[in-house]
Amino acid sequence: METKTKISVENLNLYYGENHALKDVNMDICANAITAFIGPSGCGKSTFLKTLNRMNDLVENVRIDGRVCLDGDDIYDSGMDTTLLRKRVGMVFQQPNPFPMSIYDNIAYGPRVHGIKSKAKLDEIVEESLRGAAIFDEVKDRLKKSALGLSGGQQQRICIARALAVQPEVILMDEPTSALDPISTSKIEELMEQLKKQYTVIVVTHNMQQAVRVSDYTAFFLVGEMVEFGKTKDIFSYPQDKRTEDYITGRFG
Amino acid sequence: MISQKRKIADSLVYGLIYLCVALSVALLAGIILYVFVKGVSHVNWEFMTTVTSVLRGTVGIAGNIVNTLYIIVITMLIATPIGVGTAIYLNEYAKPGKIVSLIEFATETLAGIPSIIFGLFGMMFFGQTLGLGYSILTGSLTLILMVLPLITRNTQEALKTVPDSYRNGAIGLGAGKWHMIRTVLLPSAMPGIITGVILAIGRIVGESAALLFTAGSAKTLPKTLSMLFPKIFQSGGSLTIQLYLSATSEGDFDSAFAIALVLLVIVLLINMGTKWLAKRFDVSRIQ
Repeated sequence: METKTKISVENLNLYYGENHALKDVNMDICANAITAFIGPSGCGKSTFLKTLNRMNDLVENVRIDGRVCLDGDDIYDSGMDTTLLRKRVGMVFQQPNPFPMSIYDNIAYGPRVHGIKSKAKLDEIVEESLRGAAIFDEVKDRLKKSALGLSGGQQQRICIARALAVQPEVILMDEPTSALDPISTSKIEELMEQLKKQYTVIVVTHNMQQAVRVSDYTAFFLVGEMVEFGKTKDIFSYPQDKRTEDYITGRFG
Repeated sequence: MISQKRKIADSLVYGLIYLCVALSVALLAGIILYVFVKGVSHVNWEFMTTVTSVLRGTVGIAGNIVNTLYIIVITMLIATPIGVGTAIYLNEYAKPGKIVSLIEFATETLAGIPSIIFGLFGMMFFGQTLGLGYSILTGSLTLILMVLPLITRNTQEALKTVPDSYRNGAIGLGAGKWHMIRTVLLPSAMPGIITGVILAIGRIVGESAALLFTAGSAKTLPKTLSMLFPKIFQSGGSLTIQLYLSATSEGDFDSAFAIALVLLVIVLLINMGTKWLAKRFDVSRIQ
């Protein structure tokens, strides 16, 4: 399989005040594939995910050094426009967080931020995004109703649709199914398979079975360190590091 | 034995609680009934729409109603944007730390200061130092100081209840901070902001001490519509001030109770309006 590097991380260190939260992370993330980050709570996998679209900028006292390159451009370069960066690298959060607006306005939020005003164009984007997130048929008759009236699983797919609406290149998912029931979870997992045809998908997950089921590549994190990174089947079949083996066989975590 | 004792203790407590409730309801109902009975016979069309005039032999509060509305409008037009803006700054932009807690502490303290102190300051500063004298403007400027903490606090509380996930969601889509505040935060916080604004209006309607020596006591109506603006620099007594004057220097208790009744009705309407508006603007309730 021909692989192309979408995001390349070099010597990334992150500090919360005195706390050294990410230690010298190096990684090349493949385009049009699903990369999973696994590891116990507090290992830095979510923090690392957020460095990829600079959501950590919002947190106080964070210091970052090293490079994160998107298609070769360092996103921490002073000339980087975070608005454009976050348009290219979208995000889906752990808790479904639709805005308290209609379904339509939720999906149209991103395109409107980026200056699309034409009603016809927005209609088209909304339908396309909802189809892309496999939820169009469920909500097509209630687009003007509040997104808060949907179930958790539907809300999460609305959030995925909302992320798709700005036509990103990369989609970051921070434990996207941990707040959902098994049926909604499997819908989201199916959806991820679809998404990787068009997007680069990076997912943080607590659930190792999920990593095995959906991902092409897996990175294992432990106390701020990236212990091991490789093809998912290699990581789970022949872990190179004792700590990875202990974790995936359930000896801790 | 034990259960017997418990039963007695329980009914005793229940009895006491019911007594408390009955007492407070009775007191409240008593006051309202008293004001209603004393005032209702003097509230009529002429009383509401004319100005007290010895020449024409009329007793009326139209001038005071207009003054009250005027003071409300000017005060709120200035206080609302400043108060909401302050709250947005404190909650969304300022780095949490000593200065922010100092401002918050100051706001809280200001909200609890007796209004007559605002009146004294307003009279000396706006009235004397700035030379505005007894005028609607002096009164309004004084009241702005008084209601600002109220609006700021309420807006801040409302902003604090908006989940961070909304902020992250909008920022994660590439929205700028102000865009996020305008399109997601403020609509979500709107019920709380409206509550603050209307509570402030309630404070203004009921205020007397701070207006007594700032806005003056004139009860005339502007003669023409074009006189309305210059009126801002002239003395204008609110309903509460007129109530005070009627009951003291004028010794006209009929009018005093009639005004009291009008004020009660206004406060009731404001409270109902608050509930209705806050519900209407509650975005989480859109179906």
